[in-house]
Amino acid sequence: MNDMTPTKLKAADFATDQEVRWCPGCGDYAILKGVQRTMAEMGATPENTVFISGIGCSSRFPYYMETYGFHTIHGRAPAIATGVKLANPDLDVWIVTGDGDGLSIGGNHMMHLLRRNLDCQVLLFNNEIYGLTKGQYSPTSRVGTRSPSTPYGSVDAPAEPCAFALGSGARFLARCIDTAQKQMPDILKRAHAHKGASFVELYQNCIVYNDDVFGAFTDKKESAHTQIWLQHGEPMLFANGEKGIALDTETLALKVVDVKDGDWQAAGVRVHDERNKVMAGLLIAMRVPDFPVALGVIYENPAPSFEQDVRTQNVEASKGKVVDLEALIKKGQTWEVNQKKLREV
Amino acid sequence: MATKLKDQTAAASEREAVTVRFAGDSGDGMQLTGGQFTQSTALAGSDLATFPDFPAEIRAPQGTTFGVSAFQINFGSEAIETAGDAPDILIAMNPAALKTNLSALKPGGLIIADTGEFGPRNLKKAGYEENPLETDELKDYQLVAFDISAQTLESVKEFGLGNKEALRSKNMWTLGLVLWMFDRDRQPIRDWLHSKFAKNLDIALANEAALNAGHAYGETAEIAQGLGRYHVGAAEVEPGLYRTVTGGEALSLGLVAGASLVDLPLFFGSYPITPASPLLHTLSRLKEFGVTTFQAEDEIAAICASIGASYAGQLGVTSSSGPGIALKGEAMGLAVMTELPLVIVNSQRGGPSTGLPTKTEQSDLYQALYGRNGDAPMPVIAARSPVDAFDCAIEACRIAVEYMTPVMLLTDGYIGNAAEPWRVPAIESYERRPATHYAGEAVSPYKRDEKLARVWIKPGTPGLMHRIGGIEKNADTGNIDYAPANHQKMTDIRQAKINGVADTIPDQGFELGGPDDDLVVVGWGSTYGPIHQAVKRARRGGAKVAQVHIRHLWPMPKNLGPLLKDFDRILVPEMNTGQLKTVLRDQFLVDAKPLNKVSGQPFKIAEIGNAIEEALS
Ligand code: SF4
Repeated sequence: MNDMTPTKLKAADFATDQEVRWCPGCGDYAILKGVQRTMAEMGATPENTVFISGIGCSSRFPYYMETYGFHTIHGRAPAIATGVKLANPDLDVWIVTGDGDGLSIGGNHMMHLLRRNLDCQVLLFNNEIYGLTKGQYSPTSRVGTRSPSTPYGSVDAPAEPCAFALGSGARFLARCIDTAQKQMPDILKRAHAHKGASFVELYQNCIVYNDDVFGAFTDKKESAHTQIWLQHGEPMLFANGEKGIALDTETLALKVVDVKDGDWQAAGVRVHDERNKVMAGLLIAMRVPDFPVALGVIYENPAPSFEQDVRTQNVEASKGKVVDLEALIKKGQTWEVNQKKLREV
Repeated sequence: MATKLKDQTAAASEREAVTVRFAGDSGDGMQLTGGQFTQSTALAGSDLATFPDFPAEIRAPQGTTFGVSAFQINFGSEAIETAGDAPDILIAMNPAALKTNLSALKPGGLIIADTGEFGPRNLKKAGYEENPLETDELKDYQLVAFDISAQTLESVKEFGLGNKEALRSKNMWTLGLVLWMFDRDRQPIRDWLHSKFAKNLDIALANEAALNAGHAYGETAEIAQGLGRYHVGAAEVEPGLYRTVTGGEALSLGLVAGASLVDLPLFFGSYPITPASPLLHTLSRLKEFGVTTFQAEDEIAAICASIGASYAGQLGVTSSSGPGIALKGEAMGLAVMTELPLVIVNSQRGGPSTGLPTKTEQSDLYQALYGRNGDAPMPVIAARSPVDAFDCAIEACRIAVEYMTPVMLLTDGYIGNAAEPWRVPAIESYERRPATHYAGEAVSPYKRDEKLARVWIKPGTPGLMHRIGGIEKNADTGNIDYAPANHQKMTDIRQAKINGVADTIPDQGFELGGPDDDLVVVGWGSTYGPIHQAVKRARRGGAKVAQVHIRHLWPMPKNLGPLLKDFDRILVPEMNTGQLKTVLRDQFLVDAKPLNKVSGQPFKIAEIGNAIEEALS
């Protein structure tokens, strides 16, 4: 449907006339720009595109997209999206959520959306903090995070969004960084092309309450060593090709190996296989400084989508049945009363 | 009203109404027996009302008092509106069933008991020191006790079933006996057995043999055992085609009809909860009517998915019981704020919290009227009987679409499970009001019609892209707007829109009596039956008492206030601690007096009758 657009729209055509209200310098601006650019590059049809969000800074997103948009309630965007998509599978549904919205209050819905494999894109803006409510620690905050609600530091272990998604049965997993404008459109296009639920974690900097929390791997100067952009079928190399990711077959753990003279095979560097779920689990868990952070499309393994299966079953179950409301309400054992004064004694 | 059951001539004695209660272990198939007896009663043309009374446990240990499952049916040649105050006949399949149901039986009532189950173990489980069938404990009743278990085993011997399996036909044996007592045709039950066990002919035949044996036993044991035969005539009813229907069935059919009348596909999002689940079960089999059912991960997801479906242009419906409705509260507010059509069905049960899942109560009225944050007005309507649930569902769909609003439809566990005869209506007799999705010139999403309903623009419509959400929106542009004057304006509009629903609902009428009476009994929901009967009886006795029963609980009919103000005495019987009473006092400053019952059981006619007497004295 998208390729039927007569005139090609520009990124700016996907912006509304509403003033964007995020804090100056917030990572959300970059993501908005990246998404609008992606829409234009994909030739998306605004009227067939729906952005659905929950509550939080990121959830203001739909107001800034010149598409259909539904800013719902905290954590429930996946549930609303499920109804939208079941009612009209032709719509292109994008869910915008955050670490609190998608993994705390809405964690249950997220899990079920992913396992059902509803055809949609989930953009989870992870900033490891509750921004809109003024800076409390979130379910992705690292242990020891000091915040208004944890003045002595948080003590609970954080959730890892991609591991959660993988465990929930997600069949498309990708990661990106707010400022990675070069890679973002391609990753979002891949997510869009994937039929089923696509889960994209976007590391988003909250300049006000959690500035630079991802600095250890987002800092441009060090990024060659701290980031690995995965490509299906390509060796997993980073540090300008001087290092790679290999598998220790003894411990079944990943390790970083040095690559001499570009001979990655000799170094045992593995080729990225998006279909490999076990590897996806290992790649997700890589942390700086021991490892680079895995970015790009980590896992993809398509399967029939939920709304399609529901539709198919509805059609199958209806086959050969007569749609007669009158007959339906008369079903079962009935009897006729002929005259009003009936009294058989 | 049943006449005394004393006469036991061989000839069938004539009665106006009889109440029979089948009680047994939850594994004894009492609900099935009751259901089939109901069908047979309906086919015989009597009016009827039923009251299935389940245990809370799925399979409580055999023989225990908390595992007793009962089914009560009241039927007669006069109009029947309640399941009967006290049974005339109690069929007790074991000691626990006798123990838990005896107190309900009318003095002089008939007990039919299966002696085969009255062994020491079962007696002990039921808490009997001695066998009540052998002491004089039951001297005030008529007792007919014999070994139904042994009789059943004997009747199915030729099918070579195991003992346990053979005893499963006990309920059919008993049903055969009861059919004989009421001079009923066995053929419909035989047909039903053969369709139910179509894949297992032996079981069908064994059950049929048990049914026949029970019936034959009645013939032969008549004189010796003192079993009487009764004849209950056909009721005087409007001509037409009839069937029996439970409230759950009527509600499902009403939703399908309601969606069809507004010309929208029905989306039903739900999460399993007692006693609301039957709706989900029924609707999930009606896909050919454009129904999509979605069993969500929780109550919140169920309503949210329904809101999503409405947003996308279908008619979203969600259903639950009190605890689930509580969880849906925030999402109801979203539907109010975004002004999307939605029907929320609450099959009320005893509360608070988990409360009494299988017992009936109407204590969610406050929740329905007020249970949301902010000023979130929402139309509320309540079904009065199983049959009425059909019309109420259609009405809920109409209001939701016509006013772009969520609508709460109240029913309860009693209505959902109870059955009554239904004169099947002609669908053409209902007005079709097809919904429209706007697809014209660019407009604000908050452009309203004369009823203040906003335009319904579904995603996918070219040129009309817009954003909606739970944050307050500008009344004109639909953009986010926190300005004080705008919030005041939007709050006023939302309120005025819902108040306006009163323009399209019928005036409140009297069920019985009129403005010249001295007392008016006001009810809502499933108390209709006992109130109606009690008022009718009191009027027969010369009392100047009227009945008003409210379907539209919010907004209320415009004439309700003036109507009530004409009375000095207002009695409000409710299965809660006085919620409608409080609302009436608040809305109309009238001196409404409560009559409350929260035992998990419906009102008895006599309880309301006594209160009427007292109020008039
Ligand atoms: S609080 Fe943080 S996340 Fe929210 S808008 Fe401001 S910078 Fe962005």
